[in-house]
Amino acid sequence: MTEPIPMSAAQMASFAARGFIRFDAIVPDAINQQFLADIGDASPEPDTPLGHYVNILQSSIIPLVEPGSPLDTAYPQDSAVAKLLDLPEVAGAIDSLVGLDCVVDHHFLHITFPPDYYPQDERQVAQATHQDSTIDPRQAFDVQLFYFPHDVTLEMGGTRFIPGTQYRIVSEAAISRYQNIRGQQHTVCPAGTVMFFHMGLWHGGGLNRSDQLRYMFKIRLCPTRRQHWTPPDEIEGMDGKQRPIFWTNGLPNPDHLASILTRPEKWFEADTGRLEYINRVRFWRYITQDENFDADYWVTRIENEYA
Amino acid sequence: MIDQELRQKVLVLYLQTSALDSPVIGWSQYDGTGRRLHMAGDEQERPYDTGLAALEDGWRLFQVSQLTPHTPGDEFRTGYLKYEFFFEKLLRVE
Repeated sequence: MTEPIPMSAAQMASFAARGFIRFDAIVPDAINQQFLADIGDASPEPDTPLGHYVNILQSSIIPLVEPGSPLDTAYPQDSAVAKLLDLPEVAGAIDSLVGLDCVVDHHFLHITFPPDYYPQDERQVAQATHQDSTIDPRQAFDVQLFYFPHDVTLEMGGTRFIPGTQYRIVSEAAISRYQNIRGQQHTVCPAGTVMFFHMGLWHGGGLNRSDQLRYMFKIRLCPTRRQHWTPPDEIEGMDGKQRPIFWTNGLPNPDHLASILTRPEKWFEADTGRLEYINRVRFWRYITQDENFDADYWVTRIENEYA
Repeated sequence: MIDQELRQKVLVLYLQTSALDSPVIGWSQYDGTGRRLHMAGDEQERPYDTGLAALEDGWRLFQVSQLTPHTPGDEFRTGYLKYEFFFEKLLRVE
């Protein structure tokens, strides 16, 4: 096994604020090609979506994995999935977020189909925005690894997601009527891109308007113990020392930890955006096990009560 | 008497605050005329900058989300978008 590269402080701060981390083209092409061969992507003739899934399930060598299986033994050692999980940056992100002793909840090969796969009179729509699984108010969190084995263009309808939504406690498809949210991103990426989503991040599959199948392999990973990340480096603000707010002597350092954790998304409401800052601080406290940490006094202020 | 040739178009705007003239942060559209199929992720640019701008363009407001007290112990939990405004236009179809 290669030596994992842990997430840097800036990477973890961004994950705390936005709920995802992205590694573009991190997987070498040889592994991408092996993955596509492993799943049996050899049916260029348009089929029905169900027919294609049946073919893929029969031809794929992706193993059946029972929920709760340890990740480190879930995939055959020489398989493409095992190889990509062993990449230093990928293994490092897994270790930083859920620990290398995490278990697999489930995996799935998501396929979006070009128009040729559907009857001409059947109107196709993008998958509605949703949060996976069900209502989940835990502080502990799972992550979802998204692997894009080939180039994804805008027309192919790559996964759409809304950065910063991961702490919102909603009930799966209850948010379906939110068609468009400011700041939403459509995944467009080179082959071999891997993303990790916090389990709560709102997302949905796009509509494939291209003439090619789009594949995305997803693995949900769950920690088996209290999560803890040890920062391998330091950025300003990690020591918990509070900086002046409002009345300052100039523009704040944008790379200061408090700047990252209090950077609003375009969709933030005026009042609940502040609650998101509090959620981010609480995430940072959890993942670093530093219960005294704060950013711009947001949490300290509301804890300041005396008997 | 119901006009059989009228169809409803619905616009949902999510605003930054409870004020109708605050900025739009999210939006959805449903076209009862069948002329256009709207769906998740179909637009990157918001149709109006504020709720008031939609009124000025002829949309009729028919539902507003309520401001509800915060449940003790749940004050800091975030969930659904809070400031939801439903508008309509009635369009004649041939």
